[in-house]
Amino acid sequence: MKKAKKYTGLQKRKAIAGYLFISPFIIGFLLFLFKPLFESLYMSFCEVTLGAGVVDMKWVGIKNYYDAFRIDPDYLVNLTDVLPQMILYSIGIIVFSFFVSLLLNQDFKARGLVRAVFFLPVIMSSGVILGLEENNSLMAQIADTVEAAAANVSITAVLEEVLETAGVGTRAYNWVFEIIDNIYDIATASGIQIIIFISGLQSISSSMYEAAYIEGCTKWESLWKITFPMVSSIFLVNWIYTVVDFSMRSDNDVMSKIDKVMVTELRYGPASAMAWCYFLIITLFIAITSFLLSKAVYYNDEK
Amino acid sequence: MTKSKTVEIKKYGTYWERNRQSGGYLLRHDVGEVFIKFVRFVLLFGMCFLILQPILNKISVSFMEQQDLYNPIVVSIPLHFTGENYKLAAEIMSYKEALKNSIIISLTIAIIQTAMCTIVGYGFSRFKFPLKNFWFGCVLALIIVPPQAFSSSLVLHFSNYDILGIFKALKGGPINLRGSVVPYYLMSLTCMGLKNGLYIYLVRQFFRNIPVDLEEAAYIDGCGMFKTFTKIMVPQSKPIVTSCFLFSLVWQWTDGFYSKLFIGGKKLVSTSLASIADALGVYIARQNGAANAQTGVSTQYTNCILSTGTLLIVLPIVVVYLIAQKAFVESISSTGIKM
Repeated sequence: MKKAKKYTGLQKRKAIAGYLFISPFIIGFLLFLFKPLFESLYMSFCEVTLGAGVVDMKWVGIKNYYDAFRIDPDYLVNLTDVLPQMILYSIGIIVFSFFVSLLLNQDFKARGLVRAVFFLPVIMSSGVILGLEENNSLMAQIADTVEAAAANVSITAVLEEVLETAGVGTRAYNWVFEIIDNIYDIATASGIQIIIFISGLQSISSSMYEAAYIEGCTKWESLWKITFPMVSSIFLVNWIYTVVDFSMRSDNDVMSKIDKVMVTELRYGPASAMAWCYFLIITLFIAITSFLLSKAVYYNDEK
Repeated sequence: MTKSKTVEIKKYGTYWERNRQSGGYLLRHDVGEVFIKFVRFVLLFGMCFLILQPILNKISVSFMEQQDLYNPIVVSIPLHFTGENYKLAAEIMSYKEALKNSIIISLTIAIIQTAMCTIVGYGFSRFKFPLKNFWFGCVLALIIVPPQAFSSSLVLHFSNYDILGIFKALKGGPINLRGSVVPYYLMSLTCMGLKNGLYIYLVRQFFRNIPVDLEEAAYIDGCGMFKTFTKIMVPQSKPIVTSCFLFSLVWQWTDGFYSKLFIGGKKLVSTSLASIADALGVYIARQNGAANAQTGVSTQYTNCILSTGTLLIVLPIVVVYLIAQKAFVESISSTGIKM
């Protein structure tokens, strides 16, 4: 058996300070998140009937979970559709945002303006605006008109056709083309990631690059030997955020299914069960991928 | 300018001479530089256009008169130019009042959230204490679980709010906090606001990348832990604090979820934009009088006013971003740790 770690002297003082620093979070978690979270978990094992102002819960065991997978016709299909899409898009978003943030971190004219442009999607896809945009038929109509005017000059369509007739590795480049065709979605979804990357890039001390330059390091080398390790910790955050953001979007199939069951059909028990299954799968996915990623992450505080 | 150039030529020879002396390196270097600049320009221009295009459409629509909207020939440039849409949208949204409320609430919430999350994130990054991994798991749970999942139970929670029976002892019953801003400020103070888990994680990752040497030096010189944090670590974390602040401001600004839950009574830009379509119908009906109450508002016109309202809501945030983004540039000099 392992002996329990004892904290003494400075270590003890640091441990206390650490608890003081995170105490707001602990208080908040216990006060606000803990109870609702477990109520919802409990609900997923119950049959919930809403009476006049009274919520009646009857314990039914794992029936809701069983129903979600074996009886509901859509849930499993939605789930298997969403997961590969999530992986594909998340990788696309991460690569795109890292590339763009490298570009935006360079020195050029009107940089502030360009950065502001890349920040716009963050605003346009947040909160109430997102929902309103989806229903805006006038804008969709104008976008269609503009798109139709440029429909015959698509380079990717030509490339796709050429590659398709060649018939090599169809599946692999179909994925790539799916990303390219949806570049607008990717660009609008990567605003946050770009800013996070930029703030990470900004924190790299310029003396590192200077030293590397003096030693004869090319820019390409310093990208992989300095920039990449130094922002690797930021990659981890961005990866987790991207996966969560994609999987929790309201236009996602699984989320809209859960929403439908909860709001339209008023079946709270099955909805909670579906939601919890979905969270668990996402959490598992995040845990595995972030464990693999964290092996490659370099932290400056380790000696 | 020309004088210094002639001096330069005298000293080092003309460009081509210098190029020959360097064995063609100078020309290759310069051509490469121009090429990179060109590629960068094309890429950035294309991507900017991609992002801006829907917004440009909105801008052009917002200046159109109603008849232009039905005209299939008019796409981007308005035939009958007008600023009436802005006036109407501002009036329907009661823009001035909503803007004032939104600025006060968003700014205070964003500042509180950023400050608290920076403190908590620092605690997670630097100190070793028992159960650390468990609490960090809770932070991840906060990131992953969407607020919708526990909203209904949160409403119930705040309708009969009581901490450990304190209020029951004092007032003889739980108090109703719903519809007031107090719970929301409480939640922000304890890092439970919108996407606060992300900020904590972000700050933690950021601080883990800053060498501990400076802090150790401060400790040895007798600086306390909190003072070290505020005097030494916070000034270094300007980029990350700025981005947290921006995110928090934007999400708060456009948030309809928590606003409806807690701040329902007050007019905010987000909630008034969400209900702009209905408000327009009511407004037009009132203008036309009871006789014409049946005639509704066309979808096109509603969407036009909606786009105008969206622009009105987005504009202040863009201004804030343009001011705040200087912190991204300035921070280069402030993170001057020599390795």
